[in-house]
Amino acid sequence: MSEELLNIKNLKTYFHTENGIVPSVDDVSITINKGETLAIVGESGSGKSVTSLSIMRLIDSPGKIEEGEILFNGKDIVPVPMKEMRALRGNDIAMIFQEPLTSLNPVFTIGNQMSESIKLHQKKNKKEAKKLSIEMLQKVGIPRADKVFDSFPHSLSGGMRQRVMIAMALSCNPQLLIADEPTTALDVTIQAQILKLMKNLVTELNTSILLITHDLGVVAEMADRVVVMYAGQVVEETDVFTLFQDPKHPYTKGLMDSTPKIHELKDELSSIPGAVPSPLDYPKGCRFIDRCPFAMKKCAEEHPNLEEILPKHSVRCWLHEEKVVDLHDTKSFA
Amino acid sequence: MSHESQAVINEVSEDSIRKKPSSFKRWSKLLLRSKTGTVGLVIVLFVFLVAVLAPVLAPHDPAAINAANMLKPPFWMEGGSTAHLLGTDNLGRDILSRIIYGSQISLLVGITSVVVAGIIGVTVGLIAGYYGGFIDNALMRLVDSFLAIPTILFALVILSVFGPSVITLIFVLGATNWVNYARLVRGEVLTIKERDFVRAAHSIGVKSNKIITRHLLPNVISSFIVISTLSVATTIILEASLSFLGLGVQPPTVSWGSILSDGRDYLATSWWLATFPGVAITITVLGIIFLGDWLRDVLDPRSKAK
Amino acid sequence: MNNYFVRRILQIIPVLLIISFIVFSLVFVAGDPVALMLPDDASQEDVELLRESLGLNEPFLVQYGTYVANFVQGDFGESYRYGQDAMSVVLERLPATLELAIAALLIALVISIPLGIWSATKQNSGIDLIATGAAVLGKAMPNFWLGIMLILLFSVSLSMFPVSGRGTLAHLVLPSITLGTGIAAEMTRLIRSSMIETLNQDYVRTAKSKGLKNRIVVYKHAFRNSLIPVITITALQTSTLVGGTLITETVFSWPGMGQLLIQAVNTRDMAIVQASVFVIALLVILMNLIADLLYRLLDPRIKYN
Repeated sequence: MSEELLNIKNLKTYFHTENGIVPSVDDVSITINKGETLAIVGESGSGKSVTSLSIMRLIDSPGKIEEGEILFNGKDIVPVPMKEMRALRGNDIAMIFQEPLTSLNPVFTIGNQMSESIKLHQKKNKKEAKKLSIEMLQKVGIPRADKVFDSFPHSLSGGMRQRVMIAMALSCNPQLLIADEPTTALDVTIQAQILKLMKNLVTELNTSILLITHDLGVVAEMADRVVVMYAGQVVEETDVFTLFQDPKHPYTKGLMDSTPKIHELKDELSSIPGAVPSPLDYPKGCRFIDRCPFAMKKCAEEHPNLEEILPKHSVRCWLHEEKVVDLHDTKSFA
Repeated sequence: MSHESQAVINEVSEDSIRKKPSSFKRWSKLLLRSKTGTVGLVIVLFVFLVAVLAPVLAPHDPAAINAANMLKPPFWMEGGSTAHLLGTDNLGRDILSRIIYGSQISLLVGITSVVVAGIIGVTVGLIAGYYGGFIDNALMRLVDSFLAIPTILFALVILSVFGPSVITLIFVLGATNWVNYARLVRGEVLTIKERDFVRAAHSIGVKSNKIITRHLLPNVISSFIVISTLSVATTIILEASLSFLGLGVQPPTVSWGSILSDGRDYLATSWWLATFPGVAITITVLGIIFLGDWLRDVLDPRSKAK
Repeated sequence: MNNYFVRRILQIIPVLLIISFIVFSLVFVAGDPVALMLPDDASQEDVELLRESLGLNEPFLVQYGTYVANFVQGDFGESYRYGQDAMSVVLERLPATLELAIAALLIALVISIPLGIWSATKQNSGIDLIATGAAVLGKAMPNFWLGIMLILLFSVSLSMFPVSGRGTLAHLVLPSITLGTGIAAEMTRLIRSSMIETLNQDYVRTAKSKGLKNRIVVYKHAFRNSLIPVITITALQTSTLVGGTLITETVFSWPGMGQLLIQAVNTRDMAIVQASVFVIALLVILMNLIADLLYRLLDPRIKYN
């Protein structure tokens, strides 16, 4: 079970802009085991999407993977030639994106777009590819799949299109599915259906998932382990139960407090004050310092490292340097 | 470039632009950042100065005929002299002086006809976009009809009727170009009209013409400047084309197009006659296009820089 | 679908009517063609007689009515210069103009499609800079001057191609290159910016994430989509294309409608002027209709009602 599928080591992906270097992903290390679902949580600009695009090697100029290794089944895929990388994409690593409305090409039929990768990766002919596509469409719960096969994306609803994307992504039986905010653009009722669908399918196919989201509800629903990212770095990493019960980073705690919970009636939702600092001008010390209610002198002076403060629970925060502090009952944010 | 990275860059560059203090400093900084914009401005200023200072700059009277000096080549060629740097034409007139004076007509016709076009076009566009319905429909059919007639064809017909002169030329070119403005302004008005602040103004009973001038006009102005600049460029070419066809500016007034037309008959022997005025047009138009493109990048936030 | 096109074709009628009105008013204002049609020593009675027989003494609206009735039948009267039905004189010249326009369009497509795509996929590379530079230069250079320069180089200096006229393929080379590069300049720019926009679309990222070859991502997924705006804008520019034809024909003495029209304008042969305006306007409208059809074929999102 705990066999490593993906191991990202010290990944740095920088964007070289006219105004300076933007370290979108700054020394990130993440592992995903076979069959496991790992969620990366963070605000926009935290580097979570860039991390996922780095795994696919879909970072275009002026962005560049500067340093680090991305081991997939033990092999570093950062230096491999594009030809080899393309053989992995869509076949061993597949991806679903946030916007089902714009992620399918409007001028080609669903069938055309689905068969494309099946023909490419599984060396199937047109007829076999069509058969498999329709099977996959049925599997993701699309009624009249053979009809949908010949229709254009614009004739389907957002939820249906996301099902198509999932069918497409899973059609070549990938070992890793990267889902970048797969339900954000959908209605709440549809969200639940799509999540359930994904969960069932990956259990059936034993696919690992890297789930990118800002929604803790989705995390609770789907993930085995969670990585919290802030300003291009991992600030906390642990299993999903521990994270919800015992968050150790003030930022994680802030995220929890700003999420509505059904069983806890609250008068008001708190929010984290301020905004993510400009990536061109990160503070010398902790990057969360300006928004942190626990900020100390040391936080301004020294950048904290990611430390395993409890077994399988790492946090990047000076607060726990000497003694592990319990944040659970503190009312951290106004 | 990925979306994420685009977003990052946008954020960063917007920040850095917003921080600039005084507006003159800001503009000159924005200008210097773009090489082509700077080149464009320099060219345009240069041509402008040449036009204004033509009487001082021109070494000869552009219309002075000199039978002894016919078809002299430029100074660096055998038979050429520094008295006529770019040579002379079939009547012995100095090409350089003619080109210097020709800039006056190009700029005069180019700029004034764009003003005429702008006034007609903006009015039609505002009315069509604002009132909509039947008026809009009728005006847009009119625009369609104008678009179905090539500009130059329309200009030819009018010029054939009224006879060629500078004034006719200005009005002809103005009357053919207005459609672009009408379409632009109408489109902008239609989008702006639905925005909240305009609806709000309407709901508290602000009069229509006041809404137009107060809220709509300022929103159209930057696109207007961009279109106008680029339209001066095309109009200069159009003027040259018409003068080339003998339907534009009439002698003794000099136009780059008519110098070219004179030169066309002497291609076999005197290449410089047709070459230099064309170079003058190309450089001028290039300068205006550069300036216009730069203005678009700076003024229109929707167009991506570069 | 049929409904849509019937409606589109019906929309042509008011446009043609407005054009007819504009042309007619201009000619009306222009005044008497009679003076040009008779010898200088014609008597006053002759003039009156001719005026009467041409219906020139009728009021404006009556004249316009007669005009429209003839207009609908493509009857623009007789060219005094050619002594024939103006429309048939114009139509005689139509094939030459179409030959030039089609050749130029083909040249433009052959240049601009690969160049536009290439420079969009390799933004800010050497090729991109050269392509965009050439496109701007092509836009800044007056088309007729480019033609003259080509004559200077290839006909006068190198004697490779004939200076003017129509007949062999060699005759077609310079005029079609002149006109073609002018159009190519604008199209390259359009295709480039449209491609850059589509290459940034989510579905292109999806296509890449499927492991498709770069070639397929660019030519199948991006190019098909980028053609949609290109076609619309190109259609709007057909009138510029036709305008270019007029001048190019004059430069190369190409015996097409353009040359005929410009001669007619110079000699004030109004019947020819009107007939050519009518034919050219109709051509532009037809081009727009074709573009519309293509647009609808390329974009499945558009419905026909």
